[in-house]
Formats: sequence, C-alpha cells, structure tokens
Amino acid sequence: MSSRPTSHTFKDNAAKAIQDGGVPRALKNVRQNFIDKRVKAVEALPEFEALRESAKEIKNHTLEHLDLYLERYEQKVKESGGHVHFAVDAAEARAIVLDICRKAGARTVTKGKSMITEEIGLNAHLEANGVVPVETDLGEYIIQLRGEAPSHIIAPAVHLTKDQIEADFRRVHTNLDPKRDLTEKTSLLTEARTMLREKFLVADVGITGANFLIAETGTSVIVTNEGNGDLTQLLPRVHVVVASIEKVVPTLEDTSQILRVLARSATGQEMSVYTTLSTGPRRATDVDGPEEYHVVLLDNGRSAMLGTEFQDMLRCIRCAACMNHCPVYHQIGGHAYGWIYPGPMGSVLTPSLIGVDKAGHLPNASTFCGRCESVCPMKIPLPKMMRHWREREFERNLNPAVARYGLGFWAFFAKKPWLYRLSTRLAAKSMKLLGRNKGSFQSLPGAGAWTQYRDFAVPEGETFQAKWKKRAAK
Amino acid sequence: MPRPEPGAKLRVALFATCLVDIVRPSIGFAAAKLLEQAGCVVEVPAQTCCGQPAFNSGDRRTTQELALQMIEAFEGYDYVVVPSGSCGGMIAKHYPELFADDPGLSGRAEKLASKTFELVSFLTDILGVMKVEASHKGSCTYHDSCSGLRELGIKSQPRRLLGTVDGLDLVEMKDSEVCCGFGGTFAVKYGPISDQIVSEKCANIEASGAKTLLAGDLGCLLNMAGKLSRMGSEIEVRHVAEVLADMANEPAIGKAGEKTA
Amino acid sequence: MTSRDTIFASIRRSLAVKGDERIRASIAEDRLDRSPKGVIPARAQLDAAGKLRLFVEKAEGVQATVARVASAKDVPGEVARYLRDNNLPAALRMGDDPRLSAMPWKETSIDVEKGRSHGLDLSAISHAESAIAETGTLALVSGHENPTTLNFLPDNHIVVLHAADLVSDLETIWQRIRKKFGKGEMPRTVNFITGPSRSGDIEQTILLGAHGPRALHIVVVEG
Ligand code: SF4
Repeated sequence: MSSRPTSHTFKDNAAKAIQDGGVPRALKNVRQNFIDKRVKAVEALPEFEALRESAKEIKNHTLEHLDLYLERYEQKVKESGGHVHFAVDAAEARAIVLDICRKAGARTVTKGKSMITEEIGLNAHLEANGVVPVETDLGEYIIQLRGEAPSHIIAPAVHLTKDQIEADFRRVHTNLDPKRDLTEKTSLLTEARTMLREKFLVADVGITGANFLIAETGTSVIVTNEGNGDLTQLLPRVHVVVASIEKVVPTLEDTSQILRVLARSATGQEMSVYTTLSTGPRRATDVDGPEEYHVVLLDNGRSAMLGTEFQDMLRCIRCAACMNHCPVYHQIGGHAYGWIYPGPMGSVLTPSLIGVDKAGHLPNASTFCGRCESVCPMKIPLPKMMRHWREREFERNLNPAVARYGLGFWAFFAKKPWLYRLSTRLAAKSMKLLGRNKGSFQSLPGAGAWTQYRDFAVPEGETFQAKWKKRAAK
Repeated sequence: MPRPEPGAKLRVALFATCLVDIVRPSIGFAAAKLLEQAGCVVEVPAQTCCGQPAFNSGDRRTTQELALQMIEAFEGYDYVVVPSGSCGGMIAKHYPELFADDPGLSGRAEKLASKTFELVSFLTDILGVMKVEASHKGSCTYHDSCSGLRELGIKSQPRRLLGTVDGLDLVEMKDSEVCCGFGGTFAVKYGPISDQIVSEKCANIEASGAKTLLAGDLGCLLNMAGKLSRMGSEIEVRHVAEVLADMANEPAIGKAGEKTA
Repeated sequence: MTSRDTIFASIRRSLAVKGDERIRASIAEDRLDRSPKGVIPARAQLDAAGKLRLFVEKAEGVQATVARVASAKDVPGEVARYLRDNNLPAALRMGDDPRLSAMPWKETSIDVEKGRSHGLDLSAISHAESAIAETGTLALVSGHENPTTLNFLPDNHIVVLHAADLVSDLETIWQRIRKKFGKGEMPRTVNFITGPSRSGDIEQTILLGAHGPRALHIVVVEG
C-alpha cells in the first residue's frame, strides 16, 4: 500500500467513491454515532477545554526538546532490558523488523492495530520474505482478508457493511460449515475471535504500534478496546513496538493528560477498555510476557517537519476526530485520499510524507469549514496548514493552470479599484441582460464547473457601489 | 471591545464584499439600513475584494496587496462592518497573520482587525441591539456559515434578532452547523464532492419544513440557492440582513419576478 | 553515521539547536524530575465513600458488574455465587497473590488452579493493584502474583479490589507506582482495564467480548 499511493488521482478516486455510492452510504450510518458520542463525553467533563490546552502544551514542549526526551527514552528502554532501533525511513524500518523476525525464526507474526506499520508497508514486505503477518484488530483483520487498506485510522473497516463482512468471512473461512448462521453481528465477532485465538497462541513475534512512548520510564503505551493488542504483545516470545519519534512524551503525568482527551475525541469513551503500559521484556518474577522487547523508532520525514510551519502536525495523536467531522471525508471515505492517512490530518501529513507533488490535491480538497480544528483535541490548526501547502504549491507552480489564471485574472481587476468598478458594473449589467426574466442561470458561459451541479443566481443588474453612489447623490 | 458611548455617532465603513457588490446589492442596502437604524453614520469607501480567494489559493503576495488596499481604504473609520462571516473573518483573523513579519504593517493590520465585525454580531455584541423592526411571514431556517460560526463565534446572535421579527417562525434544520460545500474555489475545483455536500444540506433544509432559508454569507447562499433551484425547490433563499432590515421584498436569491410588496 | 546519529542530527538541525545546551537540558531534566500534574478533573476529588460510589457507577456504565463484600474472607463465596449464577463451571485460575491465596477457597466447591493461563481457562481471578474512581478503571500490574495472561485469555475475568486501594485519578496511581517501584521505574506491564473487551468494527455497533474477556466482574472488599 504505502509503496503505491494514489493521492495524485484524488479527483478520480473521489468521483468513483461517489458514483459507487456504497462508501457514502456505509459512512452515513455511522458518522453521526462518532459525533454524538464525542459531544456527550466532552459535555460530561467540564475540564475538557483546559485539558486540550494542557495536552497541546505538553506536546509543544516535547517537540521543542524532542532530542533530549528521545535520548532519555532510549536510555530507559535499554535499562529495562529492551532494544532500541532507529530507522530513518520506511525501508530501513521494514528491514529492521524483518531481521528481528528472522532471528526469532518467525513464521507467523501477529499484529496489533498500527498506522505506522501501514505507513511503512510492513505486511507486504514480511509476506514477500516468507513471514505471515496476521492482523488481529477486528477491523484490520477484515480489510486484510479483502486485501484493502484501512479507510479510517481508528475504524479501518468503517466503509464496509455487515453484509460485505459476512460475505468475506464465508469466502475465507472455508473450514467452517457453509450453512452456519451469520445473521447476527455477534456471530461474526465470535467467528473472528475463534479464528484469531489460534493465531495468537502460535505466533512467534507480536508487533504493535504505540500511542505514547514515555521518556521518564522507557515505557510504550497502547490504547485499545478489543484486547488484541495485549494478546499480540503478551503471548509471543518477541514483542516489537514500531513507533514514530514524535510519540514520545516526558512523564507519566503528561501521558494521563493526553489520555483524557484521546478516547473522548476518538470514540466518546472516557477511557478505552485497555490502556497498557509496557516496559521491557519478561522479568525474573514473571511467569508470562515476551522474552525480547524491541522498539523501532521511525523518523520518515518527521524530524524535517520540526521548526517548519508543519511542526504543529506532530502533535497529532491519531484520534480521528478530524475525519469523523469532515464533510469531505463523509462523502468520499478514506480510500479516495489515496494513502493511509485520510481526512484532514492526512491532507496535512500525507504531502509531508510522500511529497506535495504526489499529494497536492489533498490540501486543496477542503472547504476550510474549520470543523476539524474545532474538534481536534490537540488544537492542530489543520486548515491553516492546508493553506500553507497551497502556498508552497503556488510558489512551486504546482497548481493547475486554470486555477492560477482564473485567480490572476480576478486579482488583476481587484487590485485596481477603478477598473474593478467599471468591469463589475459591466459584468453585473450584462449578466442581468443575459438572464432576463430568469432568476437563475442553468448554464453560464465560463461557469460550467458551477452550473454543472447547481444554478447560478442572476445578479440584480447594478453593482452595490454604483447604486450607493446614486443614493448618496440624491 | 468596549461598547461605544451612548449617543455617540459612529462612523461605520460598510464593506459590502465583492459578491454582494456584483450579485446582490440589496444585501448591502439592508446592512446599511440596519446600521443607520442603530444610529451609525454609514459610508461606503471604494472597495474591491478582501483577498480571501487569493489567500485560500496560496497566493500570499496578491493577498497582501489586496489586504493593504483594504487597510488603506478602511482604517480611518471607527468600525468596519461586513455582511459576511468569511470576509469579516478574513480581515479580523487573517490580516494580522499576513503581516506578522512586517513591523511596518502588522500594527495597522491588527488595528483594522480589531475594529472589523460581521454585521449581525456587530449589531448585537457591539451596539447592543436587542430587537429589530421587521415582519416576515412564515417559517425560516438558519444555516450557520462556517467562518462566521467557527472563526467569529456567530451562532446565537442572528437567532436572537430573528426571534424579534414579527410573524417569523424559526425552525432548526438538522446539522445547521455542517458546511454547505461551498468553500470558495472548492465548489468548482471539486464539483462532485461539493455537489454531494450541498445536496445533503438541501435535503436537511427541505426536511425542516421552512419556507425560507437564511444565512449570513452570500457565497454559501448562492451555493444552496443554486442547488435548491436545480432541485426545483420552492424554498426562498435570503441573506439574514434582508429579513432583519424588513427588506425582503426583492425576489429571493435566484428567483425571477417582480418585487413582492 | 548511524541512523540514530542521522535522526538526532536532523532533529537538532530543525530545532536550530547549537552551542551550549545546558539550559535546554535542564528544562527537560526539570520536567522529568518534577513531573508536573496538569489539569485534574474535579469529578473524583471525593471522600472514600464518594470515590467508591463514583467508581461503581463508572464501572457499571461500561458494562462491568460490581459486587461489594465486607471482608476478604467473603470473596470466595461471592465468586462461587457469580460462577453459579452465570452457569459457569466452578473452576478458577489465579496467580500466587498472597492476598488471594489467603482467602478461604476450600469453603467453596471451586477448583482453583495456580499460574499463568494458556488459553484454556473459562474464568480467572486477579487482585487489583489499585483502581481509578474518575473512570471506573482497574489497575493491575504484571508478575507471578497476578500474571497478565489472566487479564486477557479467559472469557470471564474477576478482579478483587480493596476499597482502600481505590484512588481518585491516574495521577495518584503514578505516585503509588513511584513509591513502590522507584522513580523512573515500572513493573513490566501495567494494565488499566475499563470494562470488558469490545469492538465497534462492524458498522460501529458495540459488541462485547472481542478478544479479551466477555465479562468483567469486580469484587470490592470494603473491610
Ligand atoms: S489531527 Fe487532531 S483530530 Fe485529527 S487525528 Fe490528529 S489529533 Fe485527532
């Protein structure tokens, strides 16, 4: 997936999603759910706004001292008996993970839900090298069966209906009775639980992501609801954490500040079911837990975002509130964005990670309605950063020529008030004439992109400034 | 910002916005009437565009040039009032950002920003207007345009004033805070997506049962009116100022016909 | 240059760090040292009875069940009742937590097996290290006393909580952990558990018992 982004064909992807109709339909059923639950959770906590501010300040502080906290984190992991690996880019991270799997003699690895392993395209790499990765989060498991990428960062299969999932289970779980009853959603869940339980028990390596890395203690934190992440890191002999460098936070206290806004923003829960802190491998007093504990720290362009207008994006905690509230995401779903990070956070992050030349559409495909920023627990100014991308594209001349000329044409007049007044008077008058007796144009020369979908109101005929002058002269 | 002294005649510059200037001057006159009723002296300095289209297209240079033109034309007044949350927000929130690195201009941009207001919130929050002299038959529903709502906090103000319009029955649509899909150039650059969003918006408008749709931004109004018209809907679309000023006698946006009495 | 060096160099370049870093380093040191608390919700700043009331309300709100018993010796009886009422076999897996071991299991017909789980147990019992009133969350730590596998593999997880171990918030737990394990040190695993396992991945309908326990039963020992 990560090797072949399709963000450059965003327009076609989106049009296809809309034509199919399936994705917007599936989303329509669930999106209100996310929105309502979040509002309820936020309203139940008077300190929510103060916590948002606190969480933002913690991350800002951390990013300003990222090298120092990373060093401390690394030192503490080592002290607890774990291994730390640094990966400059996706290829290096994949190689490190594969190497760990090989040394462990792994045939099967289980995986907890992790956007970073999506980002580095880990599954395909493991498979190509004879290691079978098994996604264990229910949503990830479903899309793995379908050979798809996630369409949402916390609900990977949100674009699918129950019937589609049932069909996939019947197609893939061929050892089960074909006449079994799968009408209830719970029977689908139970089936997946049974299938995956076997995998958990035989896996040689477990790979998870991390929601936080705590510098103070060298701890990795995962936040989940299903418990699959815990089984993934608990049962195999080797646990590998793959996380990006900006996941680090200074202290346990800092972690709990951000935890309070994370689940509420994501699913409307006050706490997710499982928040698990892991520090190093099995100890002498343990009777379970992994014998080896590895952390792969991925940069992949993030260190270069520091100190730029995109630094704020590194506060992101991947809660998905921005896409849950995005009118564009609602209509086209996650796949249209063409890479693993959809919605507003993807529109800012994807150009940083795969290049604005490939992902140039994403920061443009926003109405700047600002709803994402208003719900982002980390107060990331997403529209502002999309605008920064547009500025970079403009400077580099990456915009479509038509957009540039249209805008330049307008600006040419707008910069000269006398010329503007003259030409707008003419335009308003001639449009009025053209639209005589009609209230709206069904089509208008030069405005086809507008009138393809909606009418255009016929102007009143005289400009406001001209009319005002007449009134004043009276 | 403190309220002005009672009795003081405020010199208010009306920035009509380029869309109102060209497409629907009635909104400008409605705004002027409301301001004059509230005791302001209204002037209309020579004006073009606040620069928002350029700003949102990443053309910072042009934006700065247009912003400077605005600053020069408008900085001499007590207040600048705009019948649009998005153009008002452009001046009040983004001008300072534009010149943050320019010590010569940042002060002037800040100053203009601090005295620029969207029309309805200016009436209520600054002038303390509690009611309007207007009547309007039938039910209306109000769409919260995004910039006004999220950049300027405009939500209760128009509803409060609409509540004092004689005969007006305000009904809420589902998701009044959700974007209409206009987004300036977005509507033409990403037509199919914009169309989906506005279709959903219009379905909610229709479902509200209201006869009239109101909002505070002509861009959004043109988008929604255009879609409603394409759908063959009977719903009338107007800027909120037209109703508040008791000037809803022009044909509604996108409707043909003689003036109604 | 190793990748590690490359990444650190890139971070420092982006942050424009050069020359004397003592002040920067001391700022970070200071935060690690002092671990400032931030915003603590007022909700759970209550007396003991209030905390317990809130804990029960919050835990039940996330589909855990809660029973309250007067003293530790009443736990086996309550567990036996729970297993019976839920049609579960009278069998239980537990670690060697001395508090659990000291309970009069012999007075019940429950078959107790000690040690970690390998996935074949229907029910297990653990002793909580602590719990958080603010969100109805249990805190468990790994070790042979309460092996982590017991928290996830069995279908039914029973957790004993001493009311005296119930605290208002996560921040108090951090203090307890520091006191017990030392500043900057952690047990291998700390599990915060808020209700039984669930998934919303099928059309966002919340279903219990995804991969972890389908049921979470909390026995609060008040005495
Ligand atoms: S940008 Fe904000 S809202 Fe979106 S995923 Fe990141 S933290 Fe959540």
